Amino acid sequence: MEVTRREFLGMSAGAGALGLSPLGFTLAKATHVMRNLRIEGATLSHSVCPYCAVGCALVAYTSKSANGDVKLLQIEGDPDSPVNEGRLCPKGASALQLAVSTRRVSSPLYRAPGATEWKQVSWDFTLDKLAANIKASRDRTFVTTDANGNVVNRCEGIAFAGGAAFSSEEGYFATKVMRSFGMVYLEQQARV
Amino acid sequence: MTNHWRDIRNADLVMINGANPAEAHPVGFQWMLRAKLERGAKMIHVDPRFTRTSAVADKHLRIRVGTDVAYFGGLINYVLQNDLIHREYVQYATNAGLVVKDGYSFTDGLFNGYDPQKRAYDPTKWAYETGPDGFATVNIDHPRSVLNLMRAHYSRYTPDMVERITGIPQDQFLQVAQMVGEMGRPDKVMTIVYAVGLTHHTTGVQLIRSGAVLQLLLGNMGRPGGGMNAERGHANIQGNTDHAISWDILPGYLKVPAPGQRTIADYVTQSASKQLLPNSLNFFGANYRKFMVSLLKTWYGDAATAANEFAFDYLPKPQANASWLSIHDQALQGKMEGLMLSGMTATSIGPDSNQVLQALSKLKWLVVMDPFATTSSEFWRAPGMDASKIQTEVFMLPATHWIEKDGSFVNSGRWSQWKDQVLPPQGQSRHDHWILADLFARVRALYQQQGGKFPAPILDLTLPYQNPRQPDLDELAQEINGKDLTSGQRLSTFANLKDDGSTTAGDWIYTGSYPPSGNLAKRRDGVQDPAKNDPTGMGFYPNWAWSWPLNRRVLYNRASADTAGRPWDPARPGISWDPVGKKWVGDVPDYPPTADPANPASPLPFIMTGEGTGRLFSNGVIDGPFPEHYEPVESPIDNPLHPTVSATPVAFLYDKNAGRANRFGTSADYPYIATSYRLTEHEHYVTQNIPHLMQLQPEPFVEVPAELAKEKGIQTGDKVRVSSKRGKLEVRAVVTKRLGPLTVGDDKKKVYQIGIPIHWGFVGINTGQHWLANALTPFVGDANARTPEFKAFLVNIEKM
Repeated sequence: MEVTRREFLGMSAGAGALGLSPLGFTLAKATHVMRNLRIEGATLSHSVCPYCAVGCALVAYTSKSANGDVKLLQIEGDPDSPVNEGRLCPKGASALQLAVSTRRVSSPLYRAPGATEWKQVSWDFTLDKLAANIKASRDRTFVTTDANGNVVNRCEGIAFAGGAAFSSEEGYFATKVMRSFGMVYLEQQARV
Repeated sequence: MTNHWRDIRNADLVMINGANPAEAHPVGFQWMLRAKLERGAKMIHVDPRFTRTSAVADKHLRIRVGTDVAYFGGLINYVLQNDLIHREYVQYATNAGLVVKDGYSFTDGLFNGYDPQKRAYDPTKWAYETGPDGFATVNIDHPRSVLNLMRAHYSRYTPDMVERITGIPQDQFLQVAQMVGEMGRPDKVMTIVYAVGLTHHTTGVQLIRSGAVLQLLLGNMGRPGGGMNAERGHANIQGNTDHAISWDILPGYLKVPAPGQRTIADYVTQSASKQLLPNSLNFFGANYRKFMVSLLKTWYGDAATAANEFAFDYLPKPQANASWLSIHDQALQGKMEGLMLSGMTATSIGPDSNQVLQALSKLKWLVVMDPFATTSSEFWRAPGMDASKIQTEVFMLPATHWIEKDGSFVNSGRWSQWKDQVLPPQGQSRHDHWILADLFARVRALYQQQGGKFPAPILDLTLPYQNPRQPDLDELAQEINGKDLTSGQRLSTFANLKDDGSTTAGDWIYTGSYPPSGNLAKRRDGVQDPAKNDPTGMGFYPNWAWSWPLNRRVLYNRASADTAGRPWDPARPGISWDPVGKKWVGDVPDYPPTADPANPASPLPFIMTGEGTGRLFSNGVIDGPFPEHYEPVESPIDNPLHPTVSATPVAFLYDKNAGRANRFGTSADYPYIATSYRLTEHEHYVTQNIPHLMQLQPEPFVEVPAELAKEKGIQTGDKVRVSSKRGKLEVRAVVTKRLGPLTVGDDKKKVYQIGIPIHWGFVGINTGQHWLANALTPFVGDANARTPEFKAFLVNIEKM
């Protein structure tokens, strides 16, 4: 019996629902054995896909080595989820490559005005410099009272944008902090 | 979404507009397919492109980009003319019977109240007639009833007009109109699913309103299988809209205060909706003060007292629009000094990336918090830029990924789902909120040491965390939920919030997500046991995660039942009145839980509006109380309805207002329509770093209609130059029949649409051979939301 890749995938998808594939044996069992080999002794955690807003639930398997390093072994769709019932698209299915990557920025970087290269710097260097920038820009562009005599207490010269990829609680904290700086230019990915 | 992903399975008709869920939201699309496969639902796809969504739809209508108001207008006219509306629903649950104040008019493309100098309407001119009791007059037979004004307004949207504007042949349109018309029956329900194909237009808000108006007329709002369902494009775009990383709102969709408001009373008077009918509950408006005071109390603690208006002065009051386009406009004008980007890349997003690069070059400083380098962190060495001349100081701060921290993501269906921290932060990367908390602490220290402008809100901000420089997301989740300050107990419902400073809530719509029993977003009772976990069988799964507000799975669900509280379709109940138990059962009711429908004093169904009903007519938008078709700012034809007012008369023209040169093209120079979109294998720009996805979709391309390609001698694989007034793109062509020509306008003009995937740039695994798709898009947005017109603009194409 010749089976193309597409047919095979179709059969295994069906097997999830029916238990028995058109091949005449239970693929689920074979899949189970394979998965167990990979995740044996692993820790199971729950996550949510980081890409679009369908909100597919993920399960992630990790193992801890003797020196305490945590290794991500596998990410797959969570079969319990009423949203995705275990399914993932190509992006979600490759989420492991987003989670662990050699392309990550390894340290804070700084480019001085007019510089043509980055300079590796420390967190303290960047945060101190940024704090000074925020204060200077805020003090320069802060409007306490507008032309009509209204108290407006706003900072017009700094903008913050972001947050469609970080947790809700982080977003709430960003709003809280930025509004307390007096910022009015606030944006995230909802419009764009 | 008013509903949620799984609920789409309950529909009889799935109308998909300006979206391509099969490719952009593939796993969500299963619920549309399951509606089709499991209950024989029909699927209609209305889109400029024939996509994988169209391939499995019962009907694909090829539409000219930016003309969906006319398409929906045609459907609205069809159901009104043929008496296919759900009359009982319309009378009970919409403002169809309210009488509009004398003076309303719509002539030659303009509503009353237009000021051509300001390019703005005065929406207060679109009000209801009121009686001596101050309430709106109700008389559905009045010539100025909303329903009658609507009939007149939409009578122009004939099938012939729809064809002239949209390019959809009349016979095809009428086939679909017939299918849609059947959805006005009480035992039928349609869902409308859309994405940024509707919102990314200068008429974006009215495009969505058009769909909502149609759904109200058909009685499909509030019902399982119905509603207006936006497929959102980023994992937590919903959660962080709810928490108001947006210039115009505070958490929970409270309006941002405006200049001139000195007290909370001023603020509430100008911001909250007013009760317009005797039986309207006006829940949001009536409780606005409680939500605001509880927020101020959360942020400013003991510094917020009744005596100082709960520190209302601490909140900034913007003078003008401060959204995405405005940020870059201010930078271009040299008024914006610093920009902080967290997981968002201005350069790739655009619109008009070349202009955005100029904007970034004029900043004093730019900070990018991201796990990867982006086209913004690297903007100063983008192709064509001379780094030595760019004076912007740039900081790149390595941030953690989603999987290196816990916290919730809120999906399109408003489900807040908690995730674990699976991995420790890689290398030196830090959480975004820890970066911000640390920065805040350093700024606060500077104000403590040096003083400065209005330091009070910085010095008084509450940071009730074990480590104020490293708050736990669990601590923040509790703060968002709020508590009773007297007992110290977390609250279970926002109904218990007070306006006297005795309660807190960081975001009132999340009050109840973390009651004393624990964090409900962590719940996991899913499809492992449907009999137990989905007790109504409607797919609500009430103990899987948590849905705002109050774990309600379908918004406006009072409208899922008739006036007596019986579900319009007993086979698909949202909520229903239990006459024995004297309470509403089913989903969490969007209604007082024990309000007896037999009691004439019980509130009207839409408890969040001043009317108590859904709004067919509204002055809550600034570009017209009824949706009207206007051409995109760049269009190949004049508006067939009113050629002298062709594009929207109220879009804000940034370049013109700032005295910059015109950057809009005309069809004489740029004869082809273009639109932009995503592919399955990529998500915006971050996936440029994912090896598997780059193998699947390695390089940029444009889709070119086969007939146009023939005219131009272009073959698949040829390099082409696509240019707009603003920039150019040099990529390979994919010649396809998926994009056919359309015939539009009064003189039957043949127009072509070109498709442009957005994902590539000069940063990522596969770089250096192309420029950004958004180099082509126009720097103009919707009059209300200022959402840019990414989806409709003019280009030229040449074979290279």
